[in-house]
Amino acid sequence: MISAVPGVSVFDDWFANFWVVLVVKAAAVLVFFLVAPLLVGYMEHKVLAHMQARLGPMYAGRFHGWAQLVADGAKFIQKEDVIPAAADRWVFSLAPAVALIPYIVLFVVVPFSNTIYAENLDIGIFFVMAIGSVNVIGVLMAGWSSANKFSLIGALRAAAQLIAYELPLVLAAASVVMQAGTLSLIGITEAQDRYWFVLTQPIGFLIFMVASLAELTRPPFDMPIADSEIIFGAYTEYTGLKFAFFLLTEYGGIVALSSIASILFLGGYRGFLGIPDPLWMAAKIGALSFVVIWLRATYPRLREDQLQRFSWLALIPLALLQILVVGFVKVAVG
Amino acid sequence: MSAQEYAFVVLALVGTVAAFRLVTARNVVHAALYLVVTLAMVGGVYLILAAEFVAWVQILIYVGAIVILFLFGLMLTKAPIGREALDNQQRGIALLVGLGVLAGLVFLIQNAFHWSDPKIQPIHVTTGALGESLFRQYVLPFEAVSFLLLAALIGAIVLSRKDERS
Repeated sequence: MISAVPGVSVFDDWFANFWVVLVVKAAAVLVFFLVAPLLVGYMEHKVLAHMQARLGPMYAGRFHGWAQLVADGAKFIQKEDVIPAAADRWVFSLAPAVALIPYIVLFVVVPFSNTIYAENLDIGIFFVMAIGSVNVIGVLMAGWSSANKFSLIGALRAAAQLIAYELPLVLAAASVVMQAGTLSLIGITEAQDRYWFVLTQPIGFLIFMVASLAELTRPPFDMPIADSEIIFGAYTEYTGLKFAFFLLTEYGGIVALSSIASILFLGGYRGFLGIPDPLWMAAKIGALSFVVIWLRATYPRLREDQLQRFSWLALIPLALLQILVVGFVKVAVG
Repeated sequence: MSAQEYAFVVLALVGTVAAFRLVTARNVVHAALYLVVTLAMVGGVYLILAAEFVAWVQILIYVGAIVILFLFGLMLTKAPIGREALDNQQRGIALLVGLGVLAGLVFLIQNAFHWSDPKIQPIHVTTGALGESLFRQYVLPFEAVSFLLLAALIGAIVLSRKDERS
């Protein structure tokens, strides 16, 4: 059933017409985006619960509460869509979409095997970084348009944090690109045919994971939505479906950055033991998502100034050093 | 018209309307958001010219960094929350400057193509080829620009530092 021609997307193989291929690819990306974050969300419920010695959702769907997030979704749809009287209606309503869409578009370039992908862009990882950076605008729009001081503070914290951690993220990715000699995500995966890049660049991997956590504003970097300080940051005034969009953005972001990290450092879809490639990719995404959830249960929140210091004084110099070392080795070996 | 030309018309129309709204908006944050649309449409034009790398640089640098810094600065200082109006009363001068820049650009571009109808031929350039020419052929201008940016960076740090002695 699955095409055996490496380097050709199955979607191009199955259908001939340009528009049909386009629609099918878009549909495949959308379906994946709607399913995978739900799985990660359910995993967060259960993993956090067990780490805190409780059961978590047990009723929805009978078996271990598997339908909890579906039930949550149904609940969000029924809730009233409240827009504060002083809010900027248009900006307020557009913000969730601006925050969500970049993470959907990002999956266009994520490969699940050398045939299962939507597009193999020549500039893959660069595209990921460019699209991922748009998400902040949505958060800023949400915080400003809510006409609420806590929302505004949350948005400002989010923007400052995302600007500070974008740099180590890009630098860590750049050193992998230098070693692989290509920007294409499939190219980077294929370049790890003998060993994973986490073995040669363990520091880069750590920098990338820490910066990813900060980009996602996940604990211990969740100052922008610190509930004990500023209620829920930029999302304070949101209800119903729009709030659900922001939640989906968070889980979609976990899946997105876990997949990029596994492609850059853990060999992407490449595996061994004869297990099919897509399963390897899914397993790596799942494992990294688990780590992200695990850290939430483990570490307390950093303070705003500690967070900024950590990025500018620790991560960025380390990432630059990494690039320097990779550059030297590349020149010496190649 | 080819599909590319249709796409260009759509991108150009949306970009122009957004640019017009950008200068007529009474709210600075709205103006910055219209700027996002305009810059994204310019990125789209690069994309239909098959200049993928330039297009995504446009998104990463302009949309993802510069506009975000604009918004950040505006919100940190004086952007009114909600629907308050803000106007600097300089529309006349701004109109003159804008028309002057437009005239200059039209002249320069038309002059570069010898006042004839330019033929557009998108050629697909890989990122590898782009890197080769940037770091082989144009390495001196590249380093000069880097040096300029480094000087600007250090200057900004010096200006914003608190004087330790006082």
